[in-house]
Amino acid sequence: MTEGTKSIYIGDDLAAIRDQTREYVEKEIVPHASAWEDGGVPRSVLDEMAGLGFFGLRAPEEHGGLGMGALASVVFAEELGRSTYGGFTITVLVHTDLAMPYLTNFGTEEQKARWLPAMVKGQVLTAIGVTEADAGSDVASIRTAARREGEGYVINGSKMFITNGGIADLVFIAARTDPAAKGSRGISIFAVERETPGFKASRALEKMGWHSSDTAELVLEDVWVPEGNLIGEENRGFYYIMTNFQNERLAIMGQALGESQRALELTIEHVKGRHAFGSPLWDKQVIRQRLAARQAEIDAGRELAYRAAWLSDQGEDATRHVSEVKAYVGELANRVLYDCVQFHGGMGFIAETAVERLYRDVRIASIGGGATEVMLDEVAKRL
Amino acid sequence: MNVIVCVKQIPDPATPYRLEEGTNWLIRPEEQILDDTDRYGVEMGLQLVEPSGGTVTVVSMGPAGSGQGIRQALAMGADDAILIEDTSLRGSDALTTARVLAAAVGRREFGLVIAGTESTDGYSGVVPQMLAEILDVPALTYATKVEVDEGSVTIHRQTVAGYDVVTSSLPAVVSVTAGVVEPRYPTFKGIMDAKKKSIETLSMGDLGAERAPEQLVLSIVDAAERTAGRKIEDDGDAHEAIVALLAERKVI
Ligand SMILES: Cc1cc2nc3c(=O)[nH]c(=O)nc-3n(C[C@H](O)[C@H](O)[C@H](O)COP(=O)(O)OP(=O)(O)OC[C@H]3O[C@@H](n4cnc5c(N)ncnc54)[C@H](O)[C@@H]3O)c2cc1C
Repeated sequence: MTEGTKSIYIGDDLAAIRDQTREYVEKEIVPHASAWEDGGVPRSVLDEMAGLGFFGLRAPEEHGGLGMGALASVVFAEELGRSTYGGFTITVLVHTDLAMPYLTNFGTEEQKARWLPAMVKGQVLTAIGVTEADAGSDVASIRTAARREGEGYVINGSKMFITNGGIADLVFIAARTDPAAKGSRGISIFAVERETPGFKASRALEKMGWHSSDTAELVLEDVWVPEGNLIGEENRGFYYIMTNFQNERLAIMGQALGESQRALELTIEHVKGRHAFGSPLWDKQVIRQRLAARQAEIDAGRELAYRAAWLSDQGEDATRHVSEVKAYVGELANRVLYDCVQFHGGMGFIAETAVERLYRDVRIASIGGGATEVMLDEVAKRL
Repeated sequence: MNVIVCVKQIPDPATPYRLEEGTNWLIRPEEQILDDTDRYGVEMGLQLVEPSGGTVTVVSMGPAGSGQGIRQALAMGADDAILIEDTSLRGSDALTTARVLAAAVGRREFGLVIAGTESTDGYSGVVPQMLAEILDVPALTYATKVEVDEGSVTIHRQTVAGYDVVTSSLPAVVSVTAGVVEPRYPTFKGIMDAKKKSIETLSMGDLGAERAPEQLVLSIVDAAERTAGRKIEDDGDAHEAIVALLAERKVI
């Protein structure tokens, strides 16, 4: 065990999950993931991960999962993040930690029994559709609408930037069910299956980073879903979204922490091996001091994330702490990768080096799932 | 058929090994991992019992420490474990190890005992054969393939030229090479379930076993530093120099 991996938050179970995920990522992901940067993560890889139980960390035991908490998500996300392939990592995390929680946290027993086992086994891959072209940070202003019709609902509208949107078998869609109510009061969540008539992923979006991740624009035209596909209660959707955002933010900041830590390790390796002006770059104080400072910040960010996750696992409202994590780590990852590229020199600018890829991949860390400014406002509201 | 797999917890090979002054015994940290070569044995055992039912028991001698290595084997799917831990066993050699393992194995009913060909920390490479001798059953060694049929076991025994097909009656001891089968990754559920599985801890007293007359490690010498290779500059006749060199080394 390397120094610094013992933690008051990490017991034997989490340590075992961390070690197992790390080994799997090193042996089965890192050697192959470069090829997925165009074309996406093969479904066979996701199937294999599902077979090893990777998708069931958070699902209740009676539905084939392990029933673990947010800390497990952070640790798992860190290890996936260490792959240095952000697109791969987010493909998995959107399923396990951004989308599935709508069902595990708010679905009825019947809905869980219907879908969860297949989600844990990887047969049903999921996505979450909240953002629209005109509504991102301001979730309450979404316009996609669902009106009752017969024993179900008809949904119309569109969604933007939806991760896994084009490959998911089931997308949780946020739609307005009460047009008269104040923004946040009239939103509901629906499970929409891929084959439903009128539902389509209209366009795959090209991006700065996360190249192996599928990001789609979704169109819903008179999509009819039965009542049984309404997740939880009508008009409670905004609350569900805000609740699940906590876990989402912890997971994607786990990813950012894993990516930052790995990038820093790769950079330290690089500067120790590279000589200039008669000695390794590592001997230049300005370089080693900067990297040491970044390590301290990553350690601080990790503790903050573990604590926020632990708090939320205690059933506490951890919104302020989670928002701090999102604001701090999202920015930190960008600082770390800036330095990593800088100290790799020209090599850091060349495609296919891990730091070049991560530099692009982490740019979204301070935007997606809650921009830094929005997060700091959440903190400020609670001070 | 029940299978017993001998496994060893070893210090992580990624960290430098330290030897105790005077005895030259390996200093074993609290945290030890499952010897990578033993994963093949565990996997082989699991594959052999899966079709017919039966159990896989892992048996290990050495300080328990955190027990991480044993739990790794249980997480892969082994049913239970026997651990022989006794301070009097510190620094045991291959013969003592074989005696102790035999005494532990002899407490169970088994069709097959599987071991790796040699451990990654000790490299003596003789324990499986000694174990078979003490148990008074056949030893089939260096297996690259293992098949069990009604009362018999057949292996491919790795040789310099290829392999021999060796068959014997059961019970028997088989030592397997890395690559005999592809070890599975434990599932997350397997990892959690491993904690609930039984680990029977035995002392020398429990086993009624005795240490064999000991081997002593008189000295340890560092391997010679690798010297720089010879550089052959090509002035048009490098190929001749290379051919001469290869001939001198009897490669061609
Ligand atoms: C690759 C990718 C994948 C995504 N995946 C998904 C997904 O799977 N599902 C999904 O629903 N969404 C997804 N999103 C959407 C993502 O969550 C939003 O982009 C994000 O919430 C920001 O919203 P916006 O893009 O509309 O930015 P805007 O809301 O337009 O904000 C723009 C910027 O303005 C600033 N800002 C905004 N509000 C405030 C404020 N109150 N005070 C001060 N400054 C402010 C911030 O700097 C912010 O970055 C994804 C986005 C990307 C790029």
